[in-house]
Amino acid sequence: MKEKAMQWVFLAAASISIFAVALICFFLFANGVPAIQEIGVFQFLTGTKWKPSNELYGIFPMIIGSIYVTAGAIICGVPMGILCATFLAHFCPKKLYKMIKPAIELLAGIPSIVYGFFGLVVMVPIMQNLFGGSGKGVLTASILLGIMILPTVIGVTEAAIRAVPSSYYEGALALGITHEKSVFFTVLPAAKQGIFAGIVLGIGRAIGETMAVIMVAGNQAMIPTGLFSGVRTMTANIVMEMGYATDLHREALLGTAVVLFVFILIINLSFSFLKRRDM
Amino acid sequence: METMNKITWKEKLLGYKKDPFSAFLLLLVVLSAVITVGVLISLIAYIIFRGVPNITPELFAWKYTTDNVSMMPAIINTITITLLSLVFAVPIGIFSAIYLVEYAKKGNRFIPVVRLTTETLAGIPSIVFGLFGYLLFNIYFGWGYTLLGGAFTLAIMILPLIMRTTEEALLSVSDAYREGSFGLGAGKLRTVFRIVLPSAVPGILSGVILAIGRIVGETAALLYPAGTATVVPHTVMESGRTLAVHMYALLNEGFYINQAYATAVVLLVLVIGINALSAFIAKRVGVKE
Repeated sequence: MKEKAMQWVFLAAASISIFAVALICFFLFANGVPAIQEIGVFQFLTGTKWKPSNELYGIFPMIIGSIYVTAGAIICGVPMGILCATFLAHFCPKKLYKMIKPAIELLAGIPSIVYGFFGLVVMVPIMQNLFGGSGKGVLTASILLGIMILPTVIGVTEAAIRAVPSSYYEGALALGITHEKSVFFTVLPAAKQGIFAGIVLGIGRAIGETMAVIMVAGNQAMIPTGLFSGVRTMTANIVMEMGYATDLHREALLGTAVVLFVFILIINLSFSFLKRRDM
Repeated sequence: METMNKITWKEKLLGYKKDPFSAFLLLLVVLSAVITVGVLISLIAYIIFRGVPNITPELFAWKYTTDNVSMMPAIINTITITLLSLVFAVPIGIFSAIYLVEYAKKGNRFIPVVRLTTETLAGIPSIVFGLFGYLLFNIYFGWGYTLLGGAFTLAIMILPLIMRTTEEALLSVSDAYREGSFGLGAGKLRTVFRIVLPSAVPGILSGVILAIGRIVGETAALLYPAGTATVVPHTVMESGRTLAVHMYALLNEGFYINQAYATAVVLLVLVIGINALSAFIAKRVGVKE
């Protein structure tokens, strides 16, 4: 009898994650969607003016801001991450590996607020000196986020590279090309799918990052005009104004979270899809 | 793999001279690894060097005032929230993993759904967790800012991490243990709790420690459910800030940059220690990730 009862307990525990996701979806959509409807879906998504004091709620600049910063993070972080993963999988001596691998895991463990602080006190002044202006903007945020997604990209890519059968590498070597070329032209293309999965996961991390971005992005609610102009992401929009917002303003912020959540769901689903096909 | 034909450095260098493209590729991968590790080292070194001189005894006073900007209440709140979240998340995470590994039959329709939702849960940004916690606990339940609401929110956030590490730990327990236990006449439940779970403890523990690291560093998910009160609350139904939230608040107010440096040092040291402990436990017993 105890056996049966405990089996049900285990089953119930396993259902909790499903229940939690359902609950999160329900609460976000139930609170955010009415505001989007009240403002008008089209007006909300494509309006370029965010002026809560004038009842203008268009989050288009924030959507664009999130996309810019995420794209920048991918450009900064992904090539570096793939190269670093290649190094770890095929170039790194065993002894060195034992030191570098924990270092990269530590990079993943550093709190985002510490990254943001580092960006604020180190990167922003450097940017000011190099390019003038405030030092906060698309470029600074992209570089910082690029660093933050490195461990994610490296982890998934390294696993994908290691999963490639060694016969690929050995065959290429036997045909007489160098170690480097064998790795780059036979192993890496074979790990393509896994590498894409890593990039998608990195996109998810970058677009959802809040506390680091808010410190270095400038946070002006306008469509950025260049690499150095200030930018506000959807996440920053929520954190900055949620503390004091009321009524429709507050609901418009929850609407922003709904849009962000939909982005994340699409990214997550494509990640699961890529991973499944890879297996 | 053992190399059969050894190549000397000189021959290697000569090879690269003949094939500069290969040398270029080698340079690229080495450089990227050096930069990655370099960024980490410079980040840690900078914060430690600038932060340590700012650590003063008054930063650890028992009561926060605007004069001493003590982080002691925040440290105590961090410990409270960590313990509370673990109390909820660890049993649920371990039980779900037990179901997935030990009980569910192959081809069970329920499993892909659980996997998909755990992956989704793992991918949700912390700010969304924070808003959800705020909407559910503060507004819907009407609790207002509470430590308990924050702890529940974080428990949901770390659930996928605990589930995954426990699953891996359970899977790495050899089937011979289970068969031996069944052979001696033990039931399924007894086998799971007496045989399988004890041998999986190190793997589970290293996952739990990683989860602690995430809790300690979390800001966005706590800001709204738990609020930013600077006191140590008398009950868990009151507001309080954790160390990471404390640091965010300091930066937001903008007057306390030196104290923010000191807080960053404490946070970094905590996270490095937690990571090292997790790696140590995982390595000692040879459980591989």
